[in-house]
Amino acid sequence: MDTREKDIENLKDYKYGFTTDIENIKAPKGLNENVIKFISNIKKEPKWMLDFRLKAFERFKLLKEPNWQKPKYPKIDYQDLYYYSAPKSMKDKPKSLEELDPKLLETYNKLGIPLQEQARLNGIAVDAVFDSVSVATTFKGELTKHGIIFCSMSEAIQKHPDLVKKYLGTVIPTTDHFFATLNSAVFTDGSFVYIPEGVKCPMELSTYFRINASETGQFERTLIIADKGSYVSYLEGCTAPMRDENQLHAANVELIALDDAEIKYSTVQNWYPGDENGKGGIYNFVTKRGLCKGKNSKISWTQVETGSAITWKYPSCILKGDNSIGEFYSIAITNNHQKADTGTKMIHLGKNTKSKIISKGISAGFSDMTYRGLVDINSKAKNSSNYTQCDSLLMGNKCGAHTVPYIKNKNFDSNVAHEATTSKISEEQLHYCQQRGLNPEEAVGLIVNGFCKEVLQQLPMEFAVEAQKLVGISLEGSVG
Amino acid sequence: MKEQLKIDFNKIQEVSNFSNRDIEIKKSYLNKFIKNGFPNRKQENWKFLDINQIISNNISNLSFYNNYSIENKIDSSIFIDDLEHNKIIFINGRIEKIDFSYEDKKQIEIIKDSFTIDKSENNNSLIDLNIALSNKHFKILIKKSYSLKKPLIIYHLTNDKMKSKNINLRLDFELEQNSSLKLIDFFSDDSEKNFMNIFYNFNLDRDAILKNYKIDKSLNKNLKYSFNNINQKQNSISETFVFSAGSDYFKNEINCNLSGEYSSAFINGIFSLDNNKQHEIRTTINHLVENTKSYQLIKSVLGKNTKSAYQGRIYVDSKAQKTDGYQLSKAILLDETSEFNAKPELEIYADDVKCSHGSASGSLDDNSIFYLMSRGLNYKQAKGLLINGFLLDVIEKITDAEIKDLLKKMIGLKK
Repeated sequence: MDTREKDIENLKDYKYGFTTDIENIKAPKGLNENVIKFISNIKKEPKWMLDFRLKAFERFKLLKEPNWQKPKYPKIDYQDLYYYSAPKSMKDKPKSLEELDPKLLETYNKLGIPLQEQARLNGIAVDAVFDSVSVATTFKGELTKHGIIFCSMSEAIQKHPDLVKKYLGTVIPTTDHFFATLNSAVFTDGSFVYIPEGVKCPMELSTYFRINASETGQFERTLIIADKGSYVSYLEGCTAPMRDENQLHAANVELIALDDAEIKYSTVQNWYPGDENGKGGIYNFVTKRGLCKGKNSKISWTQVETGSAITWKYPSCILKGDNSIGEFYSIAITNNHQKADTGTKMIHLGKNTKSKIISKGISAGFSDMTYRGLVDINSKAKNSSNYTQCDSLLMGNKCGAHTVPYIKNKNFDSNVAHEATTSKISEEQLHYCQQRGLNPEEAVGLIVNGFCKEVLQQLPMEFAVEAQKLVGISLEGSVG
Repeated sequence: MKEQLKIDFNKIQEVSNFSNRDIEIKKSYLNKFIKNGFPNRKQENWKFLDINQIISNNISNLSFYNNYSIENKIDSSIFIDDLEHNKIIFINGRIEKIDFSYEDKKQIEIIKDSFTIDKSENNNSLIDLNIALSNKHFKILIKKSYSLKKPLIIYHLTNDKMKSKNINLRLDFELEQNSSLKLIDFFSDDSEKNFMNIFYNFNLDRDAILKNYKIDKSLNKNLKYSFNNINQKQNSISETFVFSAGSDYFKNEINCNLSGEYSSAFINGIFSLDNNKQHEIRTTINHLVENTKSYQLIKSVLGKNTKSAYQGRIYVDSKAQKTDGYQLSKAILLDETSEFNAKPELEIYADDVKCSHGSASGSLDDNSIFYLMSRGLNYKQAKGLLINGFLLDVIEKITDAEIKDLLKKMIGLKK
């Protein structure tokens, strides 16, 4: 109980709400061809990459910003944003951690991720992203031994152009929706992972994102390719400093699993959600899509979403290969004035494809939470099945919880089952816990953790502990 | 279409006797419809089945004017014999007969041309079309504490004289306190390629009970749209049952406003489709106050080239604590070309509620078929038995014993 209270105390004022004072190189404000050329140029990109960006930008000009989502937000002026900013000391890339700007290292220490320590102790290769440029990539040796490529996107474009060229934009094409296309045009950096044939990645790969520099939309681009018979587990965790202005984050994540390969992608997202009155906070408009390209491949998404003012994302699986499997496990918690519209899409194209969706939504305070999901079984997807369960928990009558599943079954051999419930924590359960000596807040914490257990279990150990704590902390103050 | 609409609109106004004010209102709705046209898949509610496309694929030169000066012959063989009932008969959209012979005439009032439009904002252009072009407005008022002795059957009949026509029908029902009405809508068509647009508005006062059964069984090539708006006060009950099978296209939309405490709404439906039929049920239940209840059960059996869609929405206002809402939709797909779509939606703003939904679709269970065949049934019988059992579940939800029997006989679940 003491530790819990301490945790809460620590997080009362967003723990990660600080900014580091580093001079930034910025692209001129606004969005036009010159800015895209500037980004491409500063990153010394080959011509095909610039063409990719310009093609996306041409498309972007034709697109309209979508507005069908539940959480509405003030109009974003895309000409009033900086599309590129890099810590200045990054101009000449450091060769090792020691060469890093001490101020940068300090930031990580405040965040609780001392790179060397954590990497060594946890056996995690950390590719930390500070603003838009990868600063350090560790544990390279171990990974190269297995032939695994784990580097920043910009490095991959330089060193592995064939792979990037072959796969980039194949899952999220440049002609996709508004935010994805914007990302294709202006993305700055991100992670690139390639697991060669038959290799089981010996460690969890992890990237910490961090948004710095005010008014900078961050446009990450991540591409993970698991070649035949390989396996990789990738962790993504996010914290961002406190800002008054809303910051846009429109990342694209593409996963590709070839024959018999498996990708497990876990996210803990705890970006700045805005203050108690709903002022500020991050807009998290991310496009995540996985393609089970080969036979017997598997992609599994796990997410714990507790931060951001607005979360709007649908990590999806396209089950193209026969016998492929898609999974989606999600916990979304909204408190105060946070809003979330999240869920998944499972598109069954191949035979004997299976998918499973477990979604848990908790809303408290004045927040609003929507599960929106699509299960689409194509007429050729013989003998496919889907199971969906989405449960919502409401705390207080100022918040909302909504469930909007779309179910399309075009194949008579396939089964689709969907269940959803919405309820509050029952008085009986609370009474029982309190009777056993827990105070109301502890009781709620316990019940909520039990409610989320199915999803928490899916997280790798490193994350599970952090996530469990987050679940409790996010609901702080919503009881009683 | 635009010109046709204007010409037909003027024709209708010439033969009807609406006041100038009413005509002005109707005109505004007509203009709204002309502006928006038939709904299409770009609108969320029409995502699964696009009526604009369906109409243009099926009906060429749709016209909106119907000549109601000539009386139609009533073919009494269509009447339901097994059940004593009151009748309202529409043929080609013309009202031919109103017969409440079983009832106390003082307790029922039929108000003709009770044209009052509540200028409510709606985003449904078919309702706009209905208001603009419907030529007569009847309101049926059931007085306080009166329960109809026999059910009322509204026959929606068409004959082969009608083709490429649009019929717009509007009926209002006012159920005063503690009254009750059993209403059966019976569709039977000898025409094809027409579009019927039916709009019912029900107001249920305290303790009133409404039971509405819609039966679309006889095979035909017409397209139909029906909208039921039900406003419910304290302790009132509405039960809606839809048997959706006969027409080429049929969309039933049911909108329930539970605005009195302890009011409840039940919606049950069956799709039994074969050969290119496309049917949809869309429900919206608005739980607006405390202690209200809703229950929905929709089952589909889908044959060759068929498509069914269920869009169910439960809305719970932040005031509506202690709401109990339930939706279940199940489908059996019998053919590779059949398709089932569902969008069971919950929108909840109150915390002390119990709301859940479920949806399942798939083929017939092989194990069950194997079991039945091992008991001596052939494949066809086994399949039939399983489908009947599947559908019987919904029929059993009907609370009126007589009508339940009638439906069982109609569907062939009982001899």
